[in-house]
Amino acid sequence: MASTAQEAAGKEVDLGWKGFNVGLWQSDINVRDFIQQNYQPYEGDDSFLAPATERTKKLWAQLNELFKEERRKGVLDISQIPASITAHEPGYIDRDNEIIVGLQTEAPLKRAIMPNGGFRMILNALKTYGHEPDPNVVETFTKYRKTHNDAVFDAYTADIRRCRSSHILTGLPDAYGRGRIIGDYRRVALYGVDRLIEHKQKEKLSIDSEASTEEIIRDREELSEQIRALQELQQMAQSYGFDISKPATTAREAVQWLYFAYLGAVKEQNGAAMSLGRTSTFLDVYFHRDLKAGLITEEQAQEIIDDFVIKLRIVRFLRTPEYDDLFAGDPTWVTESIAGMGDDGRPLVTKTSFRFLQTLYNLGPAPEPNLTIWYSPRLPDGFRSFASKAAIDTSSIQFESDQIMRQAWGDDGAIACCVSPMLVGKQMQFFGARANLAKCLLYAINGGRDEVNGQQVGPAYPAVQGDYLDFDDVIGKFEKMMDWLAEVYVNAMNVIHYMHDKYAYERLEMALHDYSPLRTMAFGVAGLSVVADSLSAIRQAKVKVVRDETGLVTDYQTEGVFPLFGNNDNRVDQLASWLVSTFMTKLRKHPTYRNALHTQSILTITSNVVYGKNTGNTPDGRRKGEPFAPGANPMHGRDTRGVHASAASVAKIPYRDAADGISLTTTLVPVGLGRVSEDRIINLRAMLDAFFGATGYHMNVNVLNRETLLDAMDHPDKYPSLTIRVSGYAVNFVRLTRDQQLDVINRTFHGA
Amino acid sequence: MDGSKVAAEVSLEAKSPFELRVDLATGISESAVKAALRTGDMGFLHSFTTGSTVDGPGVRVVGWTAGCHWRCLYCHNPDTWNMMNGMPVPVDRAIAELRKYQYGLRAMSGGFTLSGGEPLMQDRFAVRLFSAVKEMGVHTALDTNGHLGERLTDDELKSIDLVLLDLKAWDPERHRNLTGKEVKPTLDFAIRLAELKKPIWIRYVLVPGLTDDETDIAQLAEFAAGLGNVERVDVLPFHQMGRFKWERLKLDYKLNSVQPPTTELIERVCGQFLSAGLKAY
Repeated sequence: MASTAQEAAGKEVDLGWKGFNVGLWQSDINVRDFIQQNYQPYEGDDSFLAPATERTKKLWAQLNELFKEERRKGVLDISQIPASITAHEPGYIDRDNEIIVGLQTEAPLKRAIMPNGGFRMILNALKTYGHEPDPNVVETFTKYRKTHNDAVFDAYTADIRRCRSSHILTGLPDAYGRGRIIGDYRRVALYGVDRLIEHKQKEKLSIDSEASTEEIIRDREELSEQIRALQELQQMAQSYGFDISKPATTAREAVQWLYFAYLGAVKEQNGAAMSLGRTSTFLDVYFHRDLKAGLITEEQAQEIIDDFVIKLRIVRFLRTPEYDDLFAGDPTWVTESIAGMGDDGRPLVTKTSFRFLQTLYNLGPAPEPNLTIWYSPRLPDGFRSFASKAAIDTSSIQFESDQIMRQAWGDDGAIACCVSPMLVGKQMQFFGARANLAKCLLYAINGGRDEVNGQQVGPAYPAVQGDYLDFDDVIGKFEKMMDWLAEVYVNAMNVIHYMHDKYAYERLEMALHDYSPLRTMAFGVAGLSVVADSLSAIRQAKVKVVRDETGLVTDYQTEGVFPLFGNNDNRVDQLASWLVSTFMTKLRKHPTYRNALHTQSILTITSNVVYGKNTGNTPDGRRKGEPFAPGANPMHGRDTRGVHASAASVAKIPYRDAADGISLTTTLVPVGLGRVSEDRIINLRAMLDAFFGATGYHMNVNVLNRETLLDAMDHPDKYPSLTIRVSGYAVNFVRLTRDQQLDVINRTFHGA
Repeated sequence: MDGSKVAAEVSLEAKSPFELRVDLATGISESAVKAALRTGDMGFLHSFTTGSTVDGPGVRVVGWTAGCHWRCLYCHNPDTWNMMNGMPVPVDRAIAELRKYQYGLRAMSGGFTLSGGEPLMQDRFAVRLFSAVKEMGVHTALDTNGHLGERLTDDELKSIDLVLLDLKAWDPERHRNLTGKEVKPTLDFAIRLAELKKPIWIRYVLVPGLTDDETDIAQLAEFAAGLGNVERVDVLPFHQMGRFKWERLKLDYKLNSVQPPTTELIERVCGQFLSAGLKAY
């Protein structure tokens, strides 16, 4: 089969595929098989790596000047040409000195408008940054072209609207691109666009015989859009002088082709998270071939990766201040998944996995791309040590459990955004927001009335009676209130994704998926540790309610002691697990758009601050307005038994009921990892081995002193590249709002 | 944590060894305390913490006992002097708590360290903990000033993999002034450990003007190097994080004006241990 495929592929394909081992990948679109047949695991250490070249340093220095200006102005510049794959002329940073080319608009850091997601947000952003909207654009998107945002509000129910304004549901992607879809950008490098178009045409033909139901009609239209997007991608590359219709023939071309594919996606979609996938080991096959043939040196190989990463670091979207409140620091989540194990037991670590991490030294620490290690204690020592070292030196890396994700989804998965795993090119998700379960608990106590403004938002079930909270009574009421919330939440998500597919469809990203991929619908919860500690207080201590003149419970007085989440104490840890599983079960009861598989994440990004702001006093003693802990973290300062105990509590949350990820952000002070630097590397590696050798899912690692952060608040100019991991992603600390900076500073610093 | 807002469980959950803990055991009768010390059925703990990387090799769980008969001028945890400041913990509960970390500690090549206070004030409790932890297949370390080393039989020492021995000074007079006690029993214990080939990490707190005497350190280093079982010396720079405890406990703190040692001084002292042929950090 393989040889016939090769023969059939013709001469130009031969050039791209020369020297590669044959396999299923030739007859099918199957990048995983290509990797498995061709990659060379690397089990050595980091000593082979090359430093940045003068060219790289110079190019990066030019951008650093622009970053300064951007920080000052908020946004460097805006193009008001409505974006598409081909809308903008080619752009360069420094044309003669770039190895990998392509920008979202005609100039670096100039942001495009992408109105299909929602025009209101664009008007708001233009106003914020002092740009007059182009009247033609305004007319088009208010008179002639309906957007996703308009459409969603046409179909929202009264319940959904109430939940939205009371902030019990927050962060719904109803005014901007949903994101969290990863095109398999590698396909463009391996197959060239011609072959991909041909394949899509076959997929489309294959459903011609189906009856024209609504579903099939939508599929046919989508496939046609996908083919059109691939054609536009080819045109866009052509405008830079590249013909990507055929497979890439060298490492540099492979990176360039792959980057064009990704660039096409970020030219057209401003999805909340526009992740890259799992590219390093794929690309390594090309680097290995070129190095072996003597076409490039290690220095040149690193230079290509450095240049690629520079491009990934300057992806920009036009956002509004409200958006920044939820997802602070201008993140794009260009998440790259690195390492992990193959199903056959070989590590998926290659020299290019090291080269990606090396960019943190060659270009300095940075939040993007969001470098995510699929960690396993079985990864080679050299790689685990280098990744630990880079995490300690830069606080720019996150770690996720290879074992858990691979068992669930396979060994060619990637993270979208922060913690959401999916099989590249074969799976996508309908992303959506979070339910504020702490607020839901308060609604249960107050019979559906909002604890902040007293309005009836939820159903008017009986409120608690008497002065003291009874555990069984509260649990019963809480379950009923969660039933209601789960239903409203699923309804909202169905509306949003129906409309997003209709009005802001991700043509190119979906063109780089198989037809009819596995779809998940990723729900989320916020306030896990607040609820767990509150329920623990109600059960283990005595909680007296304080009512206002209208009978609304607005505060709690707690007498006695109770265990707190984050101390490896089952009495409360099991309440957290119960909450996750219970809410998940309730979500599953309601059908989803396109029969997506229900999943759930315990991830807040930086919205834990906003959720907290909108939530009243809680029975655990948290005061009104105080931030929640991020993701699945224990509440700040309450995990008093050290990092091992804290992580052990979080690791108990069952992945099967949180299959979209469980986020833990850990901050360690450098001396807390050991007295000398070699000890620190060994000890962090040991912590990761233990956490991921058990049921730990995600660990976002910061190695920082609180004093550094306090100093950076006062002297931001001294710390332009101070990077800190917040919740599944990293940010420039100095770009956070003051509230968010304080939230980070108030977190538990282990070892202090 | 704000105790008035969040009524946290006191039990073992101190935020760090630097949290002031007093009078947790005042409800216990004298006869009960005596019985506990005789049998080791119960221990008096200041706190315990996980994820420590500075109390022995790897990532460790550390239990801090209450009670110490020394009065070191630079002590940063004077609330651990009095055993009655500790939380009474049945040995079975302590073992059950440690069992939760058994696999993690093994995966991290870490272990369990009993520190204090002076753990050998509660030698029976210590022995029972160590033998249980040893049975779990977890590395054990005892952090001690060594003064009460004779309370442990050679057999009991077998359940301790490593001794973190706090050497405070070499000169007997200096040692007395610094700690209120004689140095000889500590040195005797070190020699006994050497005979048993039991590994030692020496911990030396470096306080400018108090423990930075060149001759004294040279003699101490020579002694340590001659033992043959000293794997490493940790030179611990003095800090003022314990000062507030002296103030809160209304104790007379004599080091108010002492600054942490300079990098040069730390390097000089490390160098002295290095040139004696020891590993020092």
